[in-house]
Amino acid sequence: MHKERATLLLFVTALILLAAFTTKAQQKSSCIECHIKLEGKIGDPARSIKDDIHLSRGLSCNDCHGGDPTQSDKVAAKDPRKGYLGRPRMADIPAFCGKCHNDASFMKKFNPSLRVDQEKEYSTSVHGRLLKTGNTKVATCISCHGVHGIRAVNDALSSVYPLNVAETCAKCHGQPEHMAEFKIPTDQYAKYKKSVHAKALYDRQDLSAPTCNDCHGNHGAAPPGIASVANVCGQCHARQAELFQASVHKHAFDDAGLAECITCHNNHEIAAPTDALLGTAEGSVCISCHKQGEKGFIAAGELRSKIDGLLGRIAKSKEILDRAERAGMEVSKPKFDLREAIDGVTHARVLIHTSSPPEVDKVIAPAVGVAGKAYQAGIDALVELNFRRKGLVVSLFFILFLAVLVYLKLRDIEKRQPA
Amino acid sequence: MGNITTRRKFLDYLLGTSVVATLGAIFYPIIRFMAPPHIVEAMQNSVVAAKLSEVPPNSGKIFKFGSKPGILVRTASGELKAFSAVCTHLDCIVQYSPEKKQIWCACHNGQYNLNGENIGGPPPRPLEQYPVNKRGDDIVVNRA
Amino acid sequence: MTTETLKNWLDERLSISALAKTAQKKQVPLHRQSIWYYFGGMTLFLFVVQVVTGILLLLYYRPSSENAFESVQFIMTEVQFGWLIRSIHSWSANLMILTLFIHMFSVYFMQAYDRPRELTWVSGVALLLLCVTFGFSGYLLPWNEVSFFATKVGTDIAGVVPVVGHTILRFLRGGDEVTGATLTRFFGFHVAVLPALATVFIGGHVLLVQLHGMHVPHRYQQNHRQMKFFPNFLMRDLIGWILAIGVLAALAALFPWELGVKADAFAPAPAGIKPEWYFLFMFQTLKYIPARILIFDGEVIGILFFMFAGAALLVIPFINRSPEKHPRRRMVFTVLGVVAILYIMVMTIVGYLA
Repeated sequence: MHKERATLLLFVTALILLAAFTTKAQQKSSCIECHIKLEGKIGDPARSIKDDIHLSRGLSCNDCHGGDPTQSDKVAAKDPRKGYLGRPRMADIPAFCGKCHNDASFMKKFNPSLRVDQEKEYSTSVHGRLLKTGNTKVATCISCHGVHGIRAVNDALSSVYPLNVAETCAKCHGQPEHMAEFKIPTDQYAKYKKSVHAKALYDRQDLSAPTCNDCHGNHGAAPPGIASVANVCGQCHARQAELFQASVHKHAFDDAGLAECITCHNNHEIAAPTDALLGTAEGSVCISCHKQGEKGFIAAGELRSKIDGLLGRIAKSKEILDRAERAGMEVSKPKFDLREAIDGVTHARVLIHTSSPPEVDKVIAPAVGVAGKAYQAGIDALVELNFRRKGLVVSLFFILFLAVLVYLKLRDIEKRQPA
Repeated sequence: MGNITTRRKFLDYLLGTSVVATLGAIFYPIIRFMAPPHIVEAMQNSVVAAKLSEVPPNSGKIFKFGSKPGILVRTASGELKAFSAVCTHLDCIVQYSPEKKQIWCACHNGQYNLNGENIGGPPPRPLEQYPVNKRGDDIVVNRA
Repeated sequence: MTTETLKNWLDERLSISALAKTAQKKQVPLHRQSIWYYFGGMTLFLFVVQVVTGILLLLYYRPSSENAFESVQFIMTEVQFGWLIRSIHSWSANLMILTLFIHMFSVYFMQAYDRPRELTWVSGVALLLLCVTFGFSGYLLPWNEVSFFATKVGTDIAGVVPVVGHTILRFLRGGDEVTGATLTRFFGFHVAVLPALATVFIGGHVLLVQLHGMHVPHRYQQNHRQMKFFPNFLMRDLIGWILAIGVLAALAALFPWELGVKADAFAPAPAGIKPEWYFLFMFQTLKYIPARILIFDGEVIGILFFMFAGAALLVIPFINRSPEKHPRRRMVFTVLGVVAILYIMVMTIVGYLA
C-alpha cells in the first residue's frame, strides 16, 4: 500500500517538473536572454522591448528578425535557414515592417481597424521618394515610431502621440546640420510652438488641435500644394475655407502662385488672429498686396472700419448698461440682447474671408441695430433714474408745504392759549 | 372775528387735507412695496422657457435664462431637453438644426449632439444641460 | 357712538384720562439753548424710520452670500418703490448717527448728565454703541464689494485688541474669514439682537428723561420760561420731523444709494477702501499712528486709545460731578469736548480727501 502511494507521488511530481521545464522551454527567448546581458547598443533592444506593443501581443524578436529563439547557441539561433534576417538595411525598413503591416488578413488578428496601406502611402511621401533614390538621411518607420520599444499611438508615452509628434519630427527637421542638403527651413518646430495650435494642444491639452501630421499627413508626409492649402486648413476651418474659395482672392492667389490661408496667416507660426491683421494700417496683411487707391485697398479699409465701428458701439452700449446696473436699475434683458451683437462680431470676423464688404454688412448691419437698441435701453434706464429723482423733488414741495401749515397751526394755537 | 374763524377753518381744512395727502404719499409706496412684484423671486433659478404648443417635435427655441441664453429642444420623438445656448468655443449663440437633428453653431461649424456633447468642430466642451419639467402647458427649465 | 363714549370706554379700561392729565403737565424749559432739545426726539424719529423701512426690506431680503446681493438688486429693480425704501433706509441710518452725535455733544456741553441724570447718560452711551453697531452690521448686508472689504478691514481692526482680539474677531466673523457665515450672523445681530437691546435701552432712556424732566443749564435755572409739551413742543417736533422726511426724500432723490458690484472674496480689495463716515476719523487716526511705538504695535495702541476714550465717555458723570461748584474743571471738560469735536471733524474731512 505505501509503496504504491509513493510511486504515484513520484510520478505526479515528475509530470509537474516536466511540464514546468517544457513551458519554460516554450517561453524561452534566447535572443532576449543573451542580448540583455550585453552592454551598449547591442543590448539596448533587449532592454527596451519590454515596453513594445508587439511583445505585448505575443510577438517577439524572431517574428521580425527571423531565427530560432529556442536555441541557446548563437549560431543555431541565428540560422539563416530558420529565416534569420539580422539587422535590415535603412532602405529595406519600410518593406521589413510592411511584411506584416501590409497584410490585411494578418493584421485583422490583432487590430481589425488598423490601416494596412502605410507602406504604400510612405512611398508617395517626400521621405519615401528620397529613400528610393538611396538617401539614408530621411525618416523611415523606425525614425518616428521607435524600433524596439514601439508603443501604441494612443499611449501617451509614444513618440507619435499627438503631444509628442512635433518633437519627433523636429528631431530631424529642427537640426540645421542634418537638413543642410535638403535646402528647406529648419525653424518650423520653433515657429509652431509659438502658434495658437500649439497653445491649444500643449496648454489646453486639446488633442484635436493640429500638429505636424494633421496638415502634412503622417505616412504620406508632404507639404500640401499651394492651391490645396485651403482644403487642408478647411478640415477644421471649414467655413473660412468655403468662403475664401468662393471669393475673389481664390483666383488671384492661384494665378499669383500664392499659397491660400498661409499667405496671411503663416503656416507654422499661426498666431491667434486679431483685427490688426485686417485693414490698411501698419501691421495688416492686406497692404502687402494692395496699394492705396486700389479697389482691394478700399475694401480692406471698409471691412476693418465696419468691424471697429460695431465693436465701438457694443463697448458704448455695455458701458452705459453697466452704469445703469451699478446704480441699481434692471437691465438684464438689454444685456442679454446685446450678446446677439457680440455674436455678430464673431460672424463678421469669419465673413471677412469673402473679402466683400456687402457680404460682411449682412451681419454687421443687424448687429449695429441690436447694439443701438441696447444703448437706448441703457439711456432709458438712466432717464427713469432721473425721473424718480425729479418725482422726489416734487414731493419735497408738498412736504415743505405741510411743514408750513403745521407751523401756522401751531402759531394759531399758541395765540389762543392763555399766557 | 369772523375773518379769523374763516381763516382758521381754512387752515384746518388745508392742514387736514395736507396731512391726509402726506400720509397717503407715505402709505401708498409702502402698500405697493408689500404687494408681490411681477417677477416673484430674486434668483432666476427657474424660468418658463416656452409653451408646449410653441415647440413642435424636431424643433428648437432660444429662451432667456437670467441674463444668459438657453436653447430648448424638442426631439423628433417628443422629448424635451434644455441646454445653455452659449457655444463653448467662442460664446456664439447656438441653434437647432432639424435636418441634422443636432445643435449647431453657425460661427465656426461647431456641432453638439442631443446630449449637449460636442461631437464636431472646434467646441472643446459640451453644453451645460438643464433639467426640464412640464407644468400644464408651460415648459419650466431649472438651473442644474 | 360718539367720541365721548369712546373716550369713556377706553378710559375705563386703559386709564387714558389719567395718562392724559400727567401728559398735560409735562413742560419743556425755554431758553437760548432749548434748540438742542429737539435732537433727542429727532434721533428717535429717525430710528423709527429705520425700523419701518427695515421691516419692509425684511420682506424681500435674503441673508445668504448667494442671494443677498441679488435680493437687494431685486428690491431695487422689481419691487414697487423698492429703490425708495432702500435709499431711505441707507440715508436715514447716516442721518440718525449724525443727529445722535449732535444730541450727545449738546448734552455733554450743557452737562446735562449731572446728578440725578447719570444713568440717562450711561444708557445714552450704550445707545451710541448700539447705533454704531447697527450701522456696521447693516453695512455688510447688501454684500457688495465695498461692504465686504469695509467689514474685512473693520473686523481686522477688532482683532488687534490684545488678548481677546482674536476671539472677538472669530465671534464677529463667524469664522476666521469674512464669509456667508459673517453675513448671516450680522443679519441676526442687525434685525434681532440689536433691536431687542435698543428697545430696552431706548425705553429706559426715554423713561428716565420723563422721570427727571429736561435738564436746564445752570445759568438759565433762575430765568427761563416753560412750554407745554402737548401740543406746543410736540408740534414743533413734528415740523422738524416733517422737514427730516423732506431731507430724506431729497437725499434719496439726488444721491440714490448705489447697488454696487457683487462681493467676490477672492478679488483684490478695491483701491482706497474706506469705512462709513462715522468710523472715518478713527480709521484715519490709525493710519497716522507709526507702526511701532516703543515696544508696542502702533495699531494696538490706537485701538486701546479709542477704547479708553469710549470708557472715559461712559464714566464722565462720575468724574465731573457738580460742575457748577468747580468752574475750572468744567472749563477743562468743555475744552476737551471742543478739541474732540474739532479732531473728529478734521480727521473725517482728511479721511475723505485722502
